[in-house]
Formats: sequence, structure tokens, C-alpha cells
Amino acid sequence: MAGLATTFGSGAMTSSISELRDTDCIFVIGSNTSENHPIIGLEVMEGVRHGKTKLIVADPRRIRMVDFASLWLRQKPGTDVALLNGLLNIIILENLVDTEFIAGRTEGFEEVKKLVAEYTPETTSRITGVPVDDLKEAARLYAKSPKACILFAMGITQHTTGTDNVMAIANLAMATGHVGKEGSGVCPLRGQNNVQGACDMGALPNVLPGYQPVTDAAARAKLEQAWGTSLPDKPGLTLMEMMAAAEHGKVRGMYIMGEEPAINDPNSTHVRAALKKLDFLVVQNIFLGETGKYADVVLPGASFAEKDGTFTNTERRIQRVRQAIPALGQCKPDWVITSGIASRMGYPMNYRHPSEIMEEIAGVTPIYGGVHYDRLDKSGLQWPCRSREDAGTKYLHKDSFSRGKGKFMPVAYKEAFELPDAEYPIIFSTGRILYHWHGGTMSRQSKGLAEIAPEAMVEISPVDAAKLKLADGDIAELASRRGKIQAKVKVTDESPDGVAFMTFHFTEAPANLLTVDALDPVAKIPELKVCAIKMEKVWAKPASGE
Amino acid sequence: MATVSFTIDGKNVMAEEGTSLLEAAKSAGIEIPHLCYMEGLATGACRLCVVEVEGQKNLAASCVFPVANKLVVKTATERVIRARKNVIELLLSDHPLDCMTCEKSGACGLEKYAYELGVTGSRFAGERHHYPLDDTNPFFFRDYNKCILCGRCVLACNDVQFVEAINFAHRGFGCKIAAPYDRSLKDSTCIFCGQCVASCPTGALVEKSRCAAGREWDLQKVTTTCSYCGVGCTLELSVKDGRIVKVTTPADAVVNKGRLCVKGRFGWDYVHSPERLTAPLIRVGEKGEGKFREATWDEALDLVARKFSEIKSESGSDSLACLSSAKCTNEENYLVQKFVRAVLGTNNVDHCARL
Repeated sequence: MAGLATTFGSGAMTSSISELRDTDCIFVIGSNTSENHPIIGLEVMEGVRHGKTKLIVADPRRIRMVDFASLWLRQKPGTDVALLNGLLNIIILENLVDTEFIAGRTEGFEEVKKLVAEYTPETTSRITGVPVDDLKEAARLYAKSPKACILFAMGITQHTTGTDNVMAIANLAMATGHVGKEGSGVCPLRGQNNVQGACDMGALPNVLPGYQPVTDAAARAKLEQAWGTSLPDKPGLTLMEMMAAAEHGKVRGMYIMGEEPAINDPNSTHVRAALKKLDFLVVQNIFLGETGKYADVVLPGASFAEKDGTFTNTERRIQRVRQAIPALGQCKPDWVITSGIASRMGYPMNYRHPSEIMEEIAGVTPIYGGVHYDRLDKSGLQWPCRSREDAGTKYLHKDSFSRGKGKFMPVAYKEAFELPDAEYPIIFSTGRILYHWHGGTMSRQSKGLAEIAPEAMVEISPVDAAKLKLADGDIAELASRRGKIQAKVKVTDESPDGVAFMTFHFTEAPANLLTVDALDPVAKIPELKVCAIKMEKVWAKPASGE
Repeated sequence: MATVSFTIDGKNVMAEEGTSLLEAAKSAGIEIPHLCYMEGLATGACRLCVVEVEGQKNLAASCVFPVANKLVVKTATERVIRARKNVIELLLSDHPLDCMTCEKSGACGLEKYAYELGVTGSRFAGERHHYPLDDTNPFFFRDYNKCILCGRCVLACNDVQFVEAINFAHRGFGCKIAAPYDRSLKDSTCIFCGQCVASCPTGALVEKSRCAAGREWDLQKVTTTCSYCGVGCTLELSVKDGRIVKVTTPADAVVNKGRLCVKGRFGWDYVHSPERLTAPLIRVGEKGEGKFREATWDEALDLVARKFSEIKSESGSDSLACLSSAKCTNEENYLVQKFVRAVLGTNNVDHCARL
């Protein structure tokens, strides 16, 4: 979420989930909300069904949210910056900007105005494939609504231009004054149950708990005192950089807790080679998984039902996790295991309960300063929550942005890293479905979910199916410059022509063998939504009756 | 909206215009029995919530009767009680009296009101349904013989989850709740959120996981937060003998407000998977082969500590790296990054936020 950190000063969702049913316009872009954040999808539908909210959906695929939309913009994959700049240009041309907000709360608008002028409706339409009239209608609807929210997820961030995409969204919101008000905001929907919390806690190479930069000597000094040790001042390696360093022998030992990089990471052939190259790998998880197979030591963790703690959701709400059943076999909560390793390395960690860890967190993390277990029982608390007297924060950037003035960032449209060509003519895009979760470590161990969605499917449009002589139920081989896999074909008009879509939940058809590990230069997020592949039939489903 | 003032059981009550009598009574602390009414949604089908409204010839279904100024309402007169008993008797005339083995016993609306009204059976002998048990999806059973056609599952599907997979089908005695063309839910638009199961007041819709796993009153309930996506829905785990039996959610849950998706309601059984790791392991085969032997915690942790210390002293702190987890708790993430920074001495810590 580097894009929002640059423009607003904080990468988190600005609004609360409950505000969504009470806003006038919601613009969903790059979020398959009803599949990946089902209950947030329902909040959006609630407003639409009761006539309160108008919904705009921008997505190359005909996702279920489209059924609830007033307007569906079917942009070509990887053209989001052009689309967003084009919408902003129309808003400027038609004088629909919030001049008061721009003047009082932001800086840098003039440069953005100059840049987006190049994205005339006609140019934008040519790049994105969205008709000019739809662009104009969407721009007017969003800008004229008294309250409006933008929702986005990995469809925006998993591109080499991911940070640009996010900044283009922030530009749109600031130009119309649709941020920092009740019912108006910019909402990055976080994927994993506690990805927000993991970031808040500083499980990132460049920041300490509470987003205090590792390069900030004062922040370091405070933690050095609290932790009784000296701290490194050089930012560390990101996940993808770690894997590259491991492959080159620069990283020799790795500790992986509750992660499945051998399935989830792009170009996973490289990841597996890197894991194999390590001198020493510790994997701590509830299942062995693919990654565990490369481990020297495997440590059994406890599941969410077997431990106490807190998760922080996408709206910054810190909520309790409570132990319901005893830990299985010899499994231990991860905090107990980590403490055991630290203590053995000469740094004693003697916590008796996670609530004691939270007390320490509150002491060193200003945005969690008022978070204590006795305050979390009913509804949790939304950060920033700086003291015991602070009731928490429903929406961010109320009177000023976290960084002071909101910063407009001019971003030009750039093509995706790998585009289709004669040899690899199809755009390949990955995502999730409702019934499974990420690498399938958990959801594929659920009998019911596995029965409803048992296997990987590659979705293509009827036009492409005819071209490739593929039918529903055939098995196709998909090949990119990096690898090949096989998957069952699903022909559906949800898919646009020229695009194949597949989930990455299934180890036997690992979509990430195909994807490209080209990274967004700022956020280091890989481009999982666009790469080029070719497809051919390897097995035809027999006609029924045979 | 205008406020109106009226009387329920001799008590003066104020409510907003448009509120139903049932809801107004509830906020005044008077519970009116009901089967088909759900929070904010009503069909007026069951007639159990009838009350006497002064000046009205017929008893009024309070769940669909709007409040008005100066109404005088009585919720428990002899006439009302007689009508309610009749409703229960009519429902029981085509309902199995197998409460002693029914999974819903203890949480069943029909059982509750039969008990409260002292209805032990039915005077109305007549034709009874003998439907086979619908076992066509992996998550829940539908026993049509226990369905009282209250329509709550239809409301849940259409107006809470906006899925519209089921509705009333057929007519008269043949009337039942079904997916289009009476096909299996698997062949419908159903997304298996289980909102219908949560809304069913009888044993007509029951989670498979809870069958023969314990009586309702023996289940211990633990409130926690879902482990799948970033929405953070509140879950209530029903637990018995160290196992999760079913998952529900409170109607007033702050984020999800009584709603769940298929993963939250039914996708938790990975916790009990036989594939779970149960003991520390140390590699014996080649890397990537997945061959291990079991070890004690002390042996495994000693080895980890020794190897990390060795690598750190041989090649420096930055030759170590760690992936923390967006699935683990805040406290665990905090401790891991503290361990990496304070003990390993590097900032090489990340997690899958970008994926």
C-alpha cells in the first residue's frame, strides 16, 4: 500500500465497513468483492438494494458485483492508470472537482491536471476499450455524488504499475473531495485475515511496529531501550528479494512462519530452487505444505481455534481471537515457539499470555497505544487508538491527512511488463474463488469446500474457446515463458476475449509456475494479474453418452 | 419520522411510525412469540405472533401490523393464547415428534413454543409428508418433514445474502422450499453461505458437522474472529470434547451483523484435518523430498537456535531472513519481528502482504 502511504501518509483503508451501506456511490475497481470479501460485498449490495447507493464496477471479468452495478466498465487488463486518469480528466473538464478541498487539504494538483489532460475521453477509450459515453457517465456519477467510496484490492496492486494504480485512485478521490469524510473514502481491501495486523506490527523490512521507519534514529532508540539491544538501521529484504538472495547464496538461513511461498509466490520454480539452496530452513506451520518439504526443521503451530490473540481487520479493527479447543498433539501457539527460539539464543522471552505481549505492543506502537485486552471484548478497537481514553478511529484523515496535506502524484500509463505476442497470444490473470483460500493450505483441508470446488479451472471466453477449439471440461495445457501446467477448461462469458483466468489454490495446477515475477518498483508486488501464455488442448472431454 | 404513542399490555409505549407492533413491543421489553419473523424481515406467515388490537375484529399478526397512535394492544389474552395453541397444534399435525433425537432440540422455536404453551400433540390427524432426507450438499441436511414453511430461509437467501437461490415451489400440500426446477442446490446459484441454516427455527436445516456431535445445551460457545479473509467476521465456535461442532455468528456482531460466508461458517474443519502437523520434525531425506523423523521440542528448538547462531557468526546477520505471517496473530507477528531485529540482528523480515 505504498501508493496511499505516499499520497495520504497511511496505507490503510480510510473508511469503516459499516459506512459502505450508507454512501451514495461506490466505485469498485480491481476487487472481486463478493468472492474475496463476501461480507463487504454484502454491505455494498445492501446500499444498492435499498436504493441508497449507485455502484460502478470496473473489471475485465463479469464478476457477480456487476449484477448490482449501474455501470460496468470492462477495461482491458493492465490499463487501470489510463482509465483512472481519463475519468479524472473528464471530472476536470466538466468542472466537477472539489476546488475547496483541493485548495485547503492537498498539494500538487496542477501537475496532475496537466498530465491527465493527455487522457482525453477518446484516448482513454482507445487504451482501455471502455466506450466514451460510459467513461463520462462514470466520472459524473462518482464526482457528483455527495458521498462516495472507492474499493480496490489485488486487481489494482498486483501489477508492475500497482503503486501508480493506487496513486491514480488517490488523485481521483482527492480531486473530488471524496476522502476524510464519513461515508467517503478510499478502501484497499486487505486479503488475509491479519495482513493489516502483520503490517501494523512491523513484519516488514523497512518499518518497525506502527510504521516507524527503521531508518528513523529516534524511533530505533525508543525500541532499543524497550528491547534492551541495538537495532539494525538498514532496511531489509522483501520476500521476493529474500528468495533471490537465497538463490545466490547470500541468504543462508530462513525462518518461515505460517506462509506457503512455494505455492503462492510468482514464478514459483525459482522460489523452490531458492528454498533448496538454503543451508538451513525452519518452517513453522499447521500443515507441512509444499514449503515444509524443503525444511530442515518443521515446527507444528496451533490453529486459530487453539490460541488466544488478536487479528486486525481491513478497517483497522483489532479484534480478539480466543482459544476454543486444546492444541492438537504437541502443537504450540507460534508466540510460544518464537519465544523458545529467542530464549535459547540468549534473549529471554518470558511471556505468560498474549495479553502481556499486547501490553508491550501498546507501549512501543503509538497507533496501538490504547489497545488493551480488557477493552477489546465486545467490538474491538479501530486504530489509531493512542491512549486508554481514545475510543479509536472510524475513518482516517478527517481534518488533515496523516502526512499533513494530501499529495497529488502525476502517474502516466505504462503497459504491462509482458504483453501477448504471436507466440504467447493470451493474457493470463490469476485470482481467487469464494470456496478456497490462497494456496489452499486451509480450505483444501475442508471437506465441504473441497467437494464444491475440487479442481483448478481455467476460464476463457466462448470466442477464445472456439478459436482454440476448446470446450467445457477439456483439459488444456497452458504455457508461459517460465513454465507450463494443465487445467480443466471452463468456457464462460464472464471472461473477456483474449484473457484466461485461473485461481492459484491448487498445487497440482500451480498457476504461479506461469506468472511473471516482474515487480512494482516501489511496493515490490509482483504482476500476478497480467502475463502472456499460449494454450492448447491435451485431452478432449468425451461427448456425453459415450 | 414521526413518533406515535400507544399501549401494550397496559404499558405506555412510544415508537417510530412504521415500526411493527412486534418490534415496538420488543423494545419495550415485551417478547411476543414468533416463528417466521426475523430481525427486520417479516412475512406474516406463521400467525404465532397474533395479538388483540382493540377495535379490530380479527387478531392481528404483530410482525406486520404497523404501530399507530392510541392503539390498545393485548399480547397474552385468553383468545390470543388459544389462537397460538391452535397454530402450534396445526404445525405439529405434520411434524415429526422426534425431539428426543432431533439435532435442533434445545434451540428449536417450535419445541420452545409447544413447551411454553403446553401443547403435547395435535388433535388434527391428517395426511403427513414423508419426504426423503435431502443430502445433496456437503454442508447441511434439509429435512422437509420438519419444515414449517415459515419462509425465513427464503428471506435469508433473498434479502440478507441477495443470492435468490431458493423460494417457495409448488402449491397447497405440495408446497416446499426449493431451488429453481426443484434441482439440487449444487446446480443452483447457491453459494453455501448457510444463512438459511442459521435462520431456520426448526430442525429442517441442520449443519452436518453437528449431527450426533452433542446436544445443543452441552455445547460450549466461544466467540472469536474468522481466520480466512481480511473482513474479520465474528465467529461463535460451538465446542464439545475438544472439537468444533458448528459455527454461528451473533446477530449483533460488529462487522458482519449476523452474516457469514461459506468459508467462515463451514470451512473451519481444516482445524481437525488428519494432515495437521502434530510434532516437531527434523529432516532425514534430501531437501524437497519431505522425509522427516519426529523430534522433541527441546531437540528441535536447540537445533534451530544453534544453526541460526552459527550462520549469524559465520556470515553475518543479513545472511538470515524471516517470513512472518498474515495468518498469525498480532502478538505473534510482533514477537517474530522483534526476534528478527533484536536477536538475529537484521531487518530481513517480511510476509505475504503483496500476494
